[in-house]
Amino acid sequence: MPYIPHTDADRRAMLETIGVSSLEALFQDVPAQVRFPRLNLPPAASEMEILEELNVLARRNRSAGHFAIFLGAGAYHHFVPSVVDHLASRGEFVTSYTPYQPEVSQGTLQAMFEYQSMIARLTAMEVANASHYDGATAMAEAALMALSIVRGQRKKVLISPMVHPQYRQTLRTYLPADSELAHVTGDEDLTLGLSDLVAALDEETACLIIQNPNFLGELEDVQGLAEHVHSRGALLVVVSNPIISLGLLTPPGDYGADIVAAEGQPLGAGLNCGGPYLGVFATREEYVRRMPGRLVGETTDRLGRRGYVLTLTPREQHIRREKATSNICTNQSLIALRAAIYLAYMGPQGLRSVAELCYHKAHYAAREIAQLPGFAVTTVRPFFNEFRVRCPMPVAELNQMLLEKGILGGYDLEKDYPHLEREMLVCVTEMNTREQIDRLVAALKEAVK
Amino acid sequence: MKLDANARYTESHEWVRLEGDAMVCGITDHAQEELSDVVYVELPEVGASFNRGDQFGVIESVKAASDLYMPVSGEILAVNQELLNSPELVNKDPYGKGWMIKIKPSNPAEWDSLLTPEEYEKSVTGA
Amino acid sequence: MSEPLLFEISTPGRTAFTLPQLDVPATPLPDGYVRSELPLPEVSELDLVRHFTRLSQLNYCIDTNFYPLGSCTMKYNPKVNEKAASIEGLIQVHPLQPEETLQGSLALMYQLQEALKEIAGFAGVSLQPAAGAHGELTGVLMMRAYHRSRGQAQRRKILIPDSAHGTNPASSAMAGFTVVQLPSDSRGNVDLVALKQACDDTVAGLMLTNPNTLGLFEEHVLEVCETVHACGGLMYGDGANLNALLGIARPGDLGFDVMHFNLHKTFSTPHGGGGPGSGPVGVSERLVPFLPGPIVAREGDRFYLMTPEKSIGRVRSFFGNYGMFVRAYTYIRMHGPEGLRSVAEHAVLNANYLKALISPHFPVAVERTCMHEFVVKGDVPGTDVRALDVAKRLIDYGFHPPTYYFPLIVREALMIEPTETESKRTLDAFARAIATIVEEARTNPALLHEAPHTTPVSRLDEVKAARNPILCYRG
Repeated sequence: MPYIPHTDADRRAMLETIGVSSLEALFQDVPAQVRFPRLNLPPAASEMEILEELNVLARRNRSAGHFAIFLGAGAYHHFVPSVVDHLASRGEFVTSYTPYQPEVSQGTLQAMFEYQSMIARLTAMEVANASHYDGATAMAEAALMALSIVRGQRKKVLISPMVHPQYRQTLRTYLPADSELAHVTGDEDLTLGLSDLVAALDEETACLIIQNPNFLGELEDVQGLAEHVHSRGALLVVVSNPIISLGLLTPPGDYGADIVAAEGQPLGAGLNCGGPYLGVFATREEYVRRMPGRLVGETTDRLGRRGYVLTLTPREQHIRREKATSNICTNQSLIALRAAIYLAYMGPQGLRSVAELCYHKAHYAAREIAQLPGFAVTTVRPFFNEFRVRCPMPVAELNQMLLEKGILGGYDLEKDYPHLEREMLVCVTEMNTREQIDRLVAALKEAVK
Repeated sequence: MKLDANARYTESHEWVRLEGDAMVCGITDHAQEELSDVVYVELPEVGASFNRGDQFGVIESVKAASDLYMPVSGEILAVNQELLNSPELVNKDPYGKGWMIKIKPSNPAEWDSLLTPEEYEKSVTGA
Repeated sequence: MSEPLLFEISTPGRTAFTLPQLDVPATPLPDGYVRSELPLPEVSELDLVRHFTRLSQLNYCIDTNFYPLGSCTMKYNPKVNEKAASIEGLIQVHPLQPEETLQGSLALMYQLQEALKEIAGFAGVSLQPAAGAHGELTGVLMMRAYHRSRGQAQRRKILIPDSAHGTNPASSAMAGFTVVQLPSDSRGNVDLVALKQACDDTVAGLMLTNPNTLGLFEEHVLEVCETVHACGGLMYGDGANLNALLGIARPGDLGFDVMHFNLHKTFSTPHGGGGPGSGPVGVSERLVPFLPGPIVAREGDRFYLMTPEKSIGRVRSFFGNYGMFVRAYTYIRMHGPEGLRSVAEHAVLNANYLKALISPHFPVAVERTCMHEFVVKGDVPGTDVRALDVAKRLIDYGFHPPTYYFPLIVREALMIEPTETESKRTLDAFARAIATIVEEARTNPALLHEAPHTTPVSRLDEVKAARNPILCYRG
């Protein structure tokens, strides 16, 4: 058997030491009627065979190398620098355990401390944790944290309809309609804007959750928003997607966010067919003890040398059990490491450059598409790298035609926003060359013929 | 285990002492020893009212966290602000500088049902 | 020697990145929306490579050291898994691509769902949860939805044995349940008398880890399941210890209604210094309609996404930690049915062998044939050496400490899980180290109190870290 190092002689010697005659004899406590089931699974494959099987499966996909991608909507096609794969593939990072033993985990701990530091600066918040599963769960936990900060005195979670639909669904799974913990509202009418939500703030509201840039790519008008929210005694939760926008745009900490959640996937994770991704989570120092998730802190050892440890652990499930701030245990450490490497590789100039490339290319694409007969760019507010295009035919149909030309078209908004009939959310990143954009424009033009 | 002979106690390891019409409350020497180094104490707002047995705060060490419970019903008159920056006072002087809250009891008779030092000691040692 | 922070080696103007030139006309930046500063470190690529390479060298990992961590199943992470998970065509796909362009990935997910169903004896599987605790939350939310769909919203209690992982009560509380703790009996099983007393029509279910955290198979598991079912409750299985049961017994056959799998334990996907993991949930027939979606279904040769009719909804974005699916699928295919049974057999063989070697030095919490792990009392009587000191001293001998002070029901617990991938030679060396340490405890206890001595840092001041938290670089 692969990976089991025992020889027959080993097994005999070990069974003798234990004092039993066979491996089967070790399982007497298992009820006989269900013991040793025959598993109906394919027989074992060799390494060669399994890799071939997977390559066959891979050929049934069309992957990033096979088309120009204009699809974003929460998962973004960005360049992953070589150093990210190289460093994050090291066995010392990949095959280590959660750093509960700091003396033998300083590598992971310091890397997480650096990740927390860089995320805090990127979001302009005071503290960031060592990661959540993804943007959607980070946001759901942000809502739970807000409820905890107001200590159950307020039970309304107000969420903008312009937050990613899957994030809103996740929140509603965590806090179902009949939940005794809270009441989620705000997105029943999908046409509501930020001012409608502000008007719905009341003394029952624990938090307002917005996404900025919002799911439709627009930059929300956040001037004075936090002041409004705070004046009603509520907290402002901001989903900072796509996170690359923070290379260029005002960070949520600067406009008064209390909790920031985001999808960290663009920071060196790759598309990964949806996961593993990275839940970014940051807040203000005053709320740190209500924060879910692991935290790495700096301290010193017996000899006064600097070192890092997991800290404020009594918030967590392994100590606090049912009173913990969250049940989270395993997080996305290795993806957070990738983000740390990515952010340090890019640095302030590089991240700004990536963000600007996304911005300029998206605006170029929008201008070109706006000129096509039958198409209209319906985004009116300033946007980052995603914008709405009203199409002369159903988006699914159009996307089928684009696929045939090697183009992965944008997100069909009508699925989640029925009033945005025939509207496509087009995403442009630094990966899209001018040639690709021109090809998209030409293909759209041809599609209406 | 050190005890304050003038105080009364709860099964959840709080002590209470009379100070005029008010009562002062903290956690016992035994409790601080079990917790080891206290790193954080979360206390209620002055003016808040609680019933006996309600949670009024949380105390954390590196390895554990415990809820703090009201030994008697009443309103919070004062909290020990010093603990926010110096939680170690709970370890160093649990019956003195490590006090946590001052309560204006709404039912002073509850005092009589609290454990005496002897009863508390028994409840801890099981003797 | 300590490694400086990137911020400390940062030099203004130094860069590592390269990017293509802007090849389209520029657009004015949006007035009033542009950030004024972005204080990230500025380093060269070589700075970066040396920094993270040096950091990596400060870690223990499975590739270098034995990790006998109880309930963590730190088995070898096969390298073919990593190669499989870097097949470009399988990985670099967008989760929102049209289904016809995702058939390979959907097929893989479908086959993994089927394999997990077969291995654990369930009627349905959703791969969505991102980790074990996330799977638990998913499971208890399904239990909640199930009872409510039957008009039994009063079932708001979840029973949890005192030996359970902390995630069990935390997940239950997150779903709005009240937790009722059950005691264990002297043989480490759930106390049946207490269970029967607790069972009534307010109970939503029982969360049970089997084998439990003492490494023992619940001797009365069938009766426990029957008792809970008889009062209308559901059985939740914490799959953290599934490694002991592969090909040995199927939780579904034992009577469990829902269980999460830890792909990062049982199915060898790497722990990554704390994640990503993956925590799919398997369910019995009656909970299938409540599974979170999307799940992958099949019609002939075509695979498609669907959401069950009474689904609790999605528990995260997209499909789950797909990269882990590829690794776990590879692992399952590499083993086949006999190989999986062999995994469990050797995991249990190794645990019982190591228990036999260690029990002369440390008493076993409950003396029975164990499954994949066991718990001993790890202090040294007659000295002031505690389990913590023993654990830390093991580091000096090149071993990662076992899990300690868990389960909570055993004083001075050391919880040891060797896994099947460790050789007799490694186990013998570990047992010798334990014997030596016990000797040291009697002759030179200070050596243990101050251990470890060989690491880049010695014991760290956790009190200082918690009293005045420094959670990010403040320079």
